[in-house]
Amino acid sequence: MRHTISVLVENKFGVLARVAGLFSARGYNIASLAVSETLDPSISYMTMVVEVKDADVLEQIKKQLNKLIDVITVTDFTKREHIDRELVLAKISYAAKDKAKLEAIFNKFVGKIIHHKEDTAIIEAVGNAEQIKLLLEELSKFGIKELVRTGKLAISN
Amino acid sequence: MIGARILLESLKRAGVEVIFGYPGGQVLPIFDQLYDFDIKFILTRHEQGAAHAADGFSRATGKVGVCLATSGPGATNLVTGIANAYMDSIPMVAITGQVGTHLIGNDAFQEADVTGITRSITKHNFLVKDVKDLSRTIAEAFYIASSGRPGPVLIDIPVDVQRAETEFIWPEKIEIRSYQPTYSGHPGQIKKAAKLISSAKKPIIYAGGGIITSGAHLELRRLAEKIQAPVTTTFMGLGSFPGTHKLSLGMLGMHGTAYANHAIMESDLIIAIGARFDDRVTGRLDTFAPYAKVIHIDIDPSSISKNVRVDIPIVGDAKNIIGPLLKQIKKAPDTQSWLKTVEAWKKKHPLKYKHAGEFLKPQYILEQLWDLTKGDAVICTEVGQSQMWACQWYKYLAPRTFISSGGLGTMGFGFPAAIGAKVGRPDKEVFNIAGDGSIQMNIQELATCVANKINVKVLIFNNGFLGMVRQWQELFYKKRYSYTPITSPDYVKLAASYGALGIRVTKKSEVRKALEKAMRADNTVFVDFRIEPEENVWPMVPAGQAINKMIDGLA
Repeated sequence: MRHTISVLVENKFGVLARVAGLFSARGYNIASLAVSETLDPSISYMTMVVEVKDADVLEQIKKQLNKLIDVITVTDFTKREHIDRELVLAKISYAAKDKAKLEAIFNKFVGKIIHHKEDTAIIEAVGNAEQIKLLLEELSKFGIKELVRTGKLAISN
Repeated sequence: MIGARILLESLKRAGVEVIFGYPGGQVLPIFDQLYDFDIKFILTRHEQGAAHAADGFSRATGKVGVCLATSGPGATNLVTGIANAYMDSIPMVAITGQVGTHLIGNDAFQEADVTGITRSITKHNFLVKDVKDLSRTIAEAFYIASSGRPGPVLIDIPVDVQRAETEFIWPEKIEIRSYQPTYSGHPGQIKKAAKLISSAKKPIIYAGGGIITSGAHLELRRLAEKIQAPVTTTFMGLGSFPGTHKLSLGMLGMHGTAYANHAIMESDLIIAIGARFDDRVTGRLDTFAPYAKVIHIDIDPSSISKNVRVDIPIVGDAKNIIGPLLKQIKKAPDTQSWLKTVEAWKKKHPLKYKHAGEFLKPQYILEQLWDLTKGDAVICTEVGQSQMWACQWYKYLAPRTFISSGGLGTMGFGFPAAIGAKVGRPDKEVFNIAGDGSIQMNIQELATCVANKINVKVLIFNNGFLGMVRQWQELFYKKRYSYTPITSPDYVKLAASYGALGIRVTKKSEVRKALEKAMRADNTVFVDFRIEPEENVWPMVPAGQAINKMIDGLA
């Protein structure tokens, strides 16, 4: 099962390695990880999606994260109201005749063309996991040449 | 003041009396300051020895052990010692030199990414890039190492930082916003635990190293006596409860006593204190203690419900919790018939071995050692059969009298650890119970002993085998003794060549005299006991079995 957790950490050198090292040393899987500074530059915010087989493992991950000296707080969004979003950039095959079809998709789902050159367009989309999934299904019909994603960001509401 | 001096001044303020270490190129400024500084320095013959000695010093005294090594190979030689301290939650500060800050990452001579290498085997580590951060970093390192669930902390100091000047300011108070261990237990949980204890019929206390770290041995004893529950200790918990007490069941687990294993398997309540349900204790997890509810007191939340599901977790320091728990127990449970059952197990399955005329039995040597010391000694051990016999056949009466590598199982630990223990407790007779395999792993420290007049007594149970592995080969690999027969030097001559005293014992009748001679000697002593070559450690729970499915070659 996938769970989203966020971790507030001291913005110090080596902290990312400590968090990543914990996951590899204990055999936990990270599906995605996003890191950036917060309003307080001495603190960084990590959002991670972890893949676990049961609730006990999730509990252990949270406890082990809390044990790291540089970790300030760990928040598990599993049972918490929150908004999550992911940004994807997709490079797709594109011809002028596709324009209307794409517009229709963007009306129904999320996304927009932010760049196009010759037979290639770059699509930008921000949405939750379901929206991104649906969009990518549609875009795959055009042929996705390249895809990059930020991983999930989450904030409680 | 230069960084190197700041380091030493800081160590002094942190209460450090002794450093174990080894010099090298990237710690020259520190050693130059040490030359006439008022801190004792013990020069080991290998950095690994320094790390284990610092660890042994800490285990014997409860203080933070300190070791010091140069960059690169000096630091990597500390790694086993640091990992060992980490697995057993021993407070230790390891200081390593590093190449100059401008060279870091350049594959410079004797450079290694030491904070990277030690990240997963330290509680925390630091690379100090600015001399202004040095004293605060050292203060934080000692605070982190010794608080909460203790552990080793490493400080990597580039050589230019050691030479750089700044004002020395010692922070009197350390606060780390992201690190606040819980010390007092939740009152509601304590109340619930007390209730459960009162209603138990077959309670057992399962005490671990946390009792010793916390200094809660007297509280533990009061608890056991009040609720009349038998006490079994983990390997790390030996000494937390007197081995001679009528409620003592000794150690449980793979080589524990049969009665401890039966008792925990049949119990209806396990009161786990400062123990972590290690796989050597639980055996096959899904068969472990099927009738028991579990109260788990531990300072580390991640130890709770990691292996065994816990009914009442109480996070905090054992000493702070047992006291209030005692107050909350209004009615002691009636354990009379339970204690009778336990007593019957003790009678039916005592620890035993077969005497064989004049042949030397390791168990007999330990019985004689017990008889001569009555627990008033520090017993260090190496790893393997000799270690397990030392757990079974010597009774530990007080905390910090048993010093051994638990979690990591490090061969070569015992001898340098004994050196550290003797430095920390010069008033005590310190023994190292060794096998002929383990002793050869850090035997170079004989020079450290003799040069510093650190008189430890090494009892080598010499059977010509890597005995524990041989035992497994005998039992599970059709006696195919693959590379477990091992040769030894002449330990008597070896000891003499270092200036120590060597004694050889080949007969049962010589044991007592040899031990007395070793204890009298004002020197480091190696006693080469030529024991029965294929003696096994019984009882034994085969790996992956329920812990009441013991095998016993004598039965």
